[in-house]
Amino acid sequence: MKGALGRFFLRRLALSLLTLWLLSIVVFLGCQVLPGDPARAILGPLADPRAVAALNQQLGSNRPPVEIYLSWIGGLLTGDMGQSYAYRAPVAPFIGHALVNSLKLAAMVFAIVVPIGIGAGVLAALRAGRPLDRMISVAGLSLTVIPEFVSSIALILVFAVLLRWLPLSASWPAGSGPLVQIQHLILPALPLVIVLFGYIARMTRAGMVEALSADYTRTAVLKGLPWPTVLGRHVLRNALLPTITVIAAQMGYALGGLVVVETLFRYQGIGSLVLGAARAKDFAMLQAGILTVGAFFIATTLVADLLTTLLDPRLRTGGRR
Amino acid sequence: MSEGMPLADPAVPMAAAPAGREEKGRGVAGLLLRSPAFLLGAAILLFWTACALFAPSFVPYDPFADDLLNTLQPPSAEHWFGTDQLGRDVFSRVLVGARDILTIAPLATIVGTVAGTAIGLITGYFGGWVDAVIGRLLEVMLSLPLIIVALLVLVALGPSTPTVVVVVGLVFAPLVARTVRAAVLTERHLDYVAAAAVRGEGAPYIMIAEILPNILPPIIVEGTVRLGYAIFTIASLSFLGFGVQPPSPDWGLSIAENYGVLVGGFWWTVVFDTAATASLIVGVNLVAESLQRALAE
Repeated sequence: MKGALGRFFLRRLALSLLTLWLLSIVVFLGCQVLPGDPARAILGPLADPRAVAALNQQLGSNRPPVEIYLSWIGGLLTGDMGQSYAYRAPVAPFIGHALVNSLKLAAMVFAIVVPIGIGAGVLAALRAGRPLDRMISVAGLSLTVIPEFVSSIALILVFAVLLRWLPLSASWPAGSGPLVQIQHLILPALPLVIVLFGYIARMTRAGMVEALSADYTRTAVLKGLPWPTVLGRHVLRNALLPTITVIAAQMGYALGGLVVVETLFRYQGIGSLVLGAARAKDFAMLQAGILTVGAFFIATTLVADLLTTLLDPRLRTGGRR
Repeated sequence: MSEGMPLADPAVPMAAAPAGREEKGRGVAGLLLRSPAFLLGAAILLFWTACALFAPSFVPYDPFADDLLNTLQPPSAEHWFGTDQLGRDVFSRVLVGARDILTIAPLATIVGTVAGTAIGLITGYFGGWVDAVIGRLLEVMLSLPLIIVALLVLVALGPSTPTVVVVVGLVFAPLVARTVRAAVLTERHLDYVAAAAVRGEGAPYIMIAEILPNILPPIIVEGTVRLGYAIFTIASLSFLGFGVQPPSPDWGLSIAENYGVLVGGFWWTVVFDTAATASLIVGVNLVAESLQRALAE
């Protein structure tokens, strides 16, 4: 039993590492090979060929691609992410700083969306087929498809311009305490809450409906347990399994949505860092940023997979058969 | 729906199947026409399509004409939705702004659906190492948020309309491929496939003429769902500056150009574009959702 579980973990881990390695090649191709001549891309079509050659020499991009790739990967393994062309400084501290900021924003998003989404899903399942259920599912489905920049504009208009309840910028004054930081993060978090709400509510509802109609629930009711006990001990415990997986899987998505939100609210996270690097054609920064997002995404998917297996005994023994 | 299907093929003893499918087709249409969600979504889609086609000939102002003496005017009888930072009429721009997104998004969806269907058919039909290798590569594509993959390629190649179409299409292909592959796997071992193989048909014929017509419903649903996401992704890319380029009145681009003055209270420069984008996406998704329900019944 233990051995099967361990083998399963190792297999999933190995697959994730393989995906990460392939991803590094894709990112490398996108940042170093596709543009053809990085220095030409940076300096523009009118630049002097000697300047282009000199910059390529300085960037090291006149070496064969395989050599560039190997030195990049070698650097990554020792914590050196290369030199940013735009800032003329090492990339790694920028990435670290931006990742911390993005994780703060993501934490805010999940602190809001998880209770609301699960609450709405449970409510919808308990009223399955009734108007409240229809309302929650239609709201969830419609909100999920609204692009973050669209809902951001609506939220800014209502809460920052009309009501003036929340600050417009996500960046807090230097040295602010945690409370002020949280206050600044609410508005940027809401667009992502809106996108993620529908998924979480839908998964919770589906899990709840299944658990409510399951034999063990009927048994619990028939043996005379009070309804709240049935709900808490039997229904919820089983119903929330798939939801946990969805939440973990959505973490990665949230990082992608951050590109738009961070740009709109002028917040210095990994998303706006990637976009800034893309605009400045700062390829070293761009490839480090994208690989970081990808690694995070792969890690959350791995955690989601492992959680599902750990939490669901049926899947756990399934590996042995 | 029945054209292109082997109706009169004596080697396939399934004469009842196409007739049943036709009946089902009528049932689906009936279900759709009785669904308020579908009718609302279709009405929204029709409205914006009509705008995309005909708006340039009936809008009150030239959507590209600057009027620097009348910048940032609030909505009035003259300018129903006000004017933007360059004095352009927002009403005219919003109506004409449907053009680019309604050209690029459907094209990207077609690219993605066709490419994804091809990949799904091949991986599902052949299985084995072909499936394993391509499956792993698709997993890599899916291990990045879509918007970031699109950004990566658009930076490298430079944003232009054909590039956006191809990039967004290819970014969606793995998702379509996953659905198609799953559908192929359920058909792969049915008798009619074996019959075709016994008849001596080649793999391309079996995949395209035999399996494909039978898995069209899930592909159509996937295509409409993807259209919603294509609009989402392309609007977001335009907003970030990597999609539709100026001076187009495209909604995402207009919002990017004008949201800076929102704090000054000039809400009309972005509100109508925002509402237009939201309504289009919700419309497409209402249609996709009702189609999915109708085909599942």
